[in-house]
Amino acid sequence: MLYAILCYHDEDFVGSWSREEDAAVMEKLAVVHGKLAGQGRLGPVARLLPTTAATTLRKDSEPPVVIDGPFAETKEQLLGFYVVDCADLDGALDVARDLALANPGGAYEIRPIGLFMPGAAQP
Amino acid sequence: MTDLAWIDTALTAARPQAVGALLRYFRDLDTAEEAFQNACLRALKAWPQNGPPRDPAAWLIMVGRNVAIDDIRRSKKQQPLPDDELISDLDDAEAALAERLDGSHYRDDILRLLFICCHPELPPTQQIALALRIVSGLTVPQIARAFLVSDAAMEQRITRAKAKVARARVPFETPGAPARSERLGSVAAMIYLVFNEGYSASGDAAGVRAPLCEEAIRLARLLLRLFPSEPEIMGLTALMLLQHARAPARFDAGGEIVLLDEQDRSLWNVAMIAEGLALIDKAMRHRRPGAYQIQAAIAALHARASRPEDTDWTQIDLLYGALEILQPSPVVTLNRAVAVSKVRGADAALAMIAPLEDRLSNYFHYFGAKGALLLQLDRRNEARIAFDRAIALARTTAEAAHIRMHLDRLKRESEAAGT
Repeated sequence: MLYAILCYHDEDFVGSWSREEDAAVMEKLAVVHGKLAGQGRLGPVARLLPTTAATTLRKDSEPPVVIDGPFAETKEQLLGFYVVDCADLDGALDVARDLALANPGGAYEIRPIGLFMPGAAQP
Repeated sequence: MTDLAWIDTALTAARPQAVGALLRYFRDLDTAEEAFQNACLRALKAWPQNGPPRDPAAWLIMVGRNVAIDDIRRSKKQQPLPDDELISDLDDAEAALAERLDGSHYRDDILRLLFICCHPELPPTQQIALALRIVSGLTVPQIARAFLVSDAAMEQRITRAKAKVARARVPFETPGAPARSERLGSVAAMIYLVFNEGYSASGDAAGVRAPLCEEAIRLARLLLRLFPSEPEIMGLTALMLLQHARAPARFDAGGEIVLLDEQDRSLWNVAMIAEGLALIDKAMRHRRPGAYQIQAAIAALHARASRPEDTDWTQIDLLYGALEILQPSPVVTLNRAVAVSKVRGADAALAMIAPLEDRLSNYFHYFGAKGALLLQLDRRNEARIAFDRAIALARTTAEAAHIRMHLDRLKRESEAAGT
């Protein structure tokens, strides 16, 4: 069984780290990543850019609405995620629209990825 | 991170919200600031023992408010005339202890705090100093160092600014939509001023002032979180990120300016560029162009080119054209001329900037650019005259040194050829 581990933290707080503090945290994380990768248990790892860089496509209406900012409705839960390679936001929105077509409702938050490690584990 | 470092970042992050809320209660900048300082002192004692509170800002607001109210009560016993105006809503203080912080208040508090700092009656230098003191919590010596003035002079500047704000009777009601967008514009301008204070520094000063750029970016991100759908705020944040991303490549080891074309692009900060590009991408979708967005779009075209020759100068020329319409200024035209020289040649660029000479007769960059264009056309004597004017107008040693390099080369080449 593969497990997704989603990282939550206060963005104000993380965003106020200096470059050195940030690098120190990343270095400690790299040790954990290294251990898991060595055991072939590391899946994809992604660090997202801040929520201000997020766009959301909501399927509440037809055609779906595109809004700024992160997806923040407490009545909906995170069910999964995709990592896709797109030239720009418009490209990513096209993919989200295709996904929304196959889906009766909900929302897709589009967050640019700051760091991506493809990992080694197979489902 | 150690306890203390953790607490320090938490206090910095909570500051705008906490000082903003305390200002709403006490309606006096000094009282709000002092209350926050007192709350911080208590946090330093309590947090290492009890662990961090769930909501540090809320904790600081509650504690700061209680301490300040205590202080005011105590001093009231000694003073015959109570200063009732100082405490606007003492009545609901007890009830408010249990109140959860309201999201819309949070937004208005921070906006009001930023807006007070960019009060129209304050000259820009005082606006920046006040914002750095009140919103960012920089110490007076830190700000003084960034502005290269003495501590005493900066102290006086901030005191004067506070006095003016106190006299001006800042309105405390929630601004309506038109007032808010007007305020947002001046707050954005103030943040960009802070950024430029850091960005325009060079040589030794660049290291000292770089934190101003980071602080401006932090404030812009905060503003963007409050107004996630304002394309100009996205543009401003993107612009500063894209410009600051080049900081490691802008000066050589000797502190001399390295022009964009000659910068080592591998030194550019990839993460900042990615965030800047994502934001300008988002902003453009709104189809409500503004000056910050256009400037960010120009910076984005530079950032997207992995080599100088890959730069899309045609697009940059068009964007400057749009900026000229939106915000006409000889400096914008001068910048456009650089793009024009790449697209249509140095002759066209020279013709474009010739009419600006009267208005820019005291502007270093005008004569620097003119000299460079003349040099491209091999009009060496005229180039030398332009560079001479530029060097006389240089404001920093790095600017002067850069022009000196051109002049020295001209001299060497003419000596070699002259015989």
